[in-house]
Amino acid sequence: MLPELGHFALILALLLAGLQAFFGIAGPALARDRWSGAVTSAVAGQAVMVATAVACLIACFVSEDFSVAYVAENSNSALPLFYRVSALWGAHEGSLLLWILLLAAWTVAVALGSGRLPPRFAARVLGVLGVVSFGFLLFTLATSSPFVRLDPPAPDGRDLNPILQDPGLAIHPPILYTGYVGFAVAFAFACAAMLEGRLDQNWARWTRPWTTAAWSFLTCGIALGSFWAYYELGWGGFWFWDPVENASFMPWLMGTALIHSLAVTDKRGLFKSWTLLLAILAFSLSLLGTFLVRSGVLVSVHSFAADPTRGIFILVFLIIMIGGALALYAWRAPLLRSSAGFELGARESFLLFNNVLLVIAAATVFAGTLAPLISDSLKLGTLSVGPPYFNPTFMLSMLPLLALLSVGIHANWKRGRLNDSQRTLLYTFIAAAVLGCGFVFGLYSHARVLTPIGATLALWIILSSLVDPIDRWRRGLTLPRAVLGMTVAHFGVALAVFALTTVQSFTIERDVALAPGGTATVGDYEFRFEGVKPVEGPNYEAVAGTLTVTRHGAPVAVMIPQKRNFWVQHQVTSETAIRMHRGNNLLLALGEDLGAGRWSVRIQIRPLVSLVWIAAFIMAMGGALAASDRRYRAARALATAPEGATAGQPG
Amino acid sequence: MTKFLLPLGLFVLLAVVLAIGIRHSPEKGIIASPLLGKPAPVFALPNLTDPAHEVRSADLRGHWYLFNVWGTWCGGCREEHQALLQVRRAAVVPIIGLDWKDDDAQALGWLTQLGNPYQSVATDHSGREAIEWGVYGAPETFLVNPQGIVVYKHVGALTPDTWSREILPRVSGRRAGSS
Repeated sequence: MLPELGHFALILALLLAGLQAFFGIAGPALARDRWSGAVTSAVAGQAVMVATAVACLIACFVSEDFSVAYVAENSNSALPLFYRVSALWGAHEGSLLLWILLLAAWTVAVALGSGRLPPRFAARVLGVLGVVSFGFLLFTLATSSPFVRLDPPAPDGRDLNPILQDPGLAIHPPILYTGYVGFAVAFAFACAAMLEGRLDQNWARWTRPWTTAAWSFLTCGIALGSFWAYYELGWGGFWFWDPVENASFMPWLMGTALIHSLAVTDKRGLFKSWTLLLAILAFSLSLLGTFLVRSGVLVSVHSFAADPTRGIFILVFLIIMIGGALALYAWRAPLLRSSAGFELGARESFLLFNNVLLVIAAATVFAGTLAPLISDSLKLGTLSVGPPYFNPTFMLSMLPLLALLSVGIHANWKRGRLNDSQRTLLYTFIAAAVLGCGFVFGLYSHARVLTPIGATLALWIILSSLVDPIDRWRRGLTLPRAVLGMTVAHFGVALAVFALTTVQSFTIERDVALAPGGTATVGDYEFRFEGVKPVEGPNYEAVAGTLTVTRHGAPVAVMIPQKRNFWVQHQVTSETAIRMHRGNNLLLALGEDLGAGRWSVRIQIRPLVSLVWIAAFIMAMGGALAASDRRYRAARALATAPEGATAGQPG
Repeated sequence: MTKFLLPLGLFVLLAVVLAIGIRHSPEKGIIASPLLGKPAPVFALPNLTDPAHEVRSADLRGHWYLFNVWGTWCGGCREEHQALLQVRRAAVVPIIGLDWKDDDAQALGWLTQLGNPYQSVATDHSGREAIEWGVYGAPETFLVNPQGIVVYKHVGALTPDTWSREILPRVSGRRAGSS
């Protein structure tokens, strides 16, 4: 009964999404305000229906209803309750449902916050979101319904993919998707502005908090995914330039560019068509990411669902959505002229550089991700590009970006003179260079060329981004949340760069074979292997190795990496043991049984690796702070007032 | 004007590449088997329908056969069942079933109820044989040639399309993919 109810709710949601799209777009176009007014009801109805469908599927999982194919394929009676709920997004069908749920949630949030937007504009935004939602609901119902029954029911389930049985992965997809889907809001704002054929600074002010909020979620999601890959996959890396990782990273880069471009549109009324294009591209890359992961076009460690018919559906959907938006752009963007100009050294220039460099970075990642596909379709043979391509090309656009960041945050709007900031910049740079080189050569005697450069740039950003807040604080001025958020986010960027530089330069990795009682010395640490013993879990059996870690003879920790064999799927996963010690991240993974009690053990020492994730969370926090600035709420309240009333906002 | 058309133009180009990519992906096989081009595992397994006679790879030497991994708990297997029955009716190549981690009584019930497409069905209660074959999930189908070499593997439900495009050309001696 429940699956049928869920299925029916999804069908109703599809119809309501269609109404939402129709009323939202046709209402304002035909100047029928009663149609526009009906949009919010459709939004509410659709959200209730989607929530009902999700609740039904969760109930099926919790009650172990193995007559539902999706439940039978992704759950098992031995699976703990927590994972029975998170198994909802353990495979393709449920992930889509999660996508739809989150889109409904964002749409409701926009509808609630839209009370102060001009009614026709709000209707258009919700209408465009309705189109996106309609597409995804149709996709789910037509190709991937999670409510299909099995007859006769399966006696027991096939179990959740063991590598997904992990708390990190249970929370990672919802957060990542919230970010992904959130860019739909910026996209809808952009489409609505193009449909109106009018874009002013108010538009940028409405769009900014939504974009920043989505970006913060995406940042958290990517960091969680990277953290999960680090400790669960057991390969001891935190970023693999894997197609699925890139799929989330490209919208992030584009979203970062969008945030900065929106700032210019907001403050100076410039970059209008460019901002629109970025808003379209950020969401397009989210959609493309979904396509790449789901269609089986690219094979990756993460993609667990692959089906060409689905791929064709998504491709058609992509062509309609992205192609439609870009056609609208080609038609309407030429109407949007900005009259103001700026000098070369003005803040606008730096933000333009920022945009160009970020877009280049996204383009290089894009090219690398699609290279195998392109060479394959042109019959050039199978080609794969890995870190040797991504690392240097990515660095090529990131280094100038970081170097310009410190200067850019001190540049003035419109005018090209740095004046009194010049001295501050020079002093902070010298301090950063001394500290950076001191750190690199003092703490670690060896280094690569890029190590002192990375450390110096990172420290320079930290120091120079603190100058302005400290100055304001000393003069007793308040610090608006938007400025504080920006500072925090830039601080996070610098921290991430610093940590990445250190990790990349000073990681030690060794694979050793150890017999019980044997020891291996890696870096400053000694690892003594005590042997293995069997362990039993709720739905797996495992061997656990015990290693005693000492540093120059002083005890550090006892670490117990496991190798688990899951009963149902007969899949072996490696549970790494991770320990922090003096900023170093020690990671142990149990390899193969070499016979006679000997085991291969992978030992890795990564300095400051945890800082990479902490830095990402700091960036996300900065985004959250900026998005919650009162300025945006005030701007909404004044949105219906004439243009001149908002022009005097502090900034 | 042209500068505003540029993004659309680039996107159209990308869409074409993606469309070609999709057309290619089904042939590529999503999960390549390390077994392809290598000898199939040697087995001697309990027979589901005839306990007196084991199902043995030695008896299959010199003939083409399909090795189909299934279970009554598996949704995709039900989906492909009609296709398997068609293959049986075509009588070109026999299907050997591997009833993977299943209950014998239920499996027999399934075959009586839905029809039996298999020449014989081996049972694999522990899942050990499936590991030998590198099975990733059910259903999976392997095509083994008379020399005992695995020449093709299909992951997921078998369709009449896969049968006529991938399997039949290989068995009937024409080069695969020439269609």
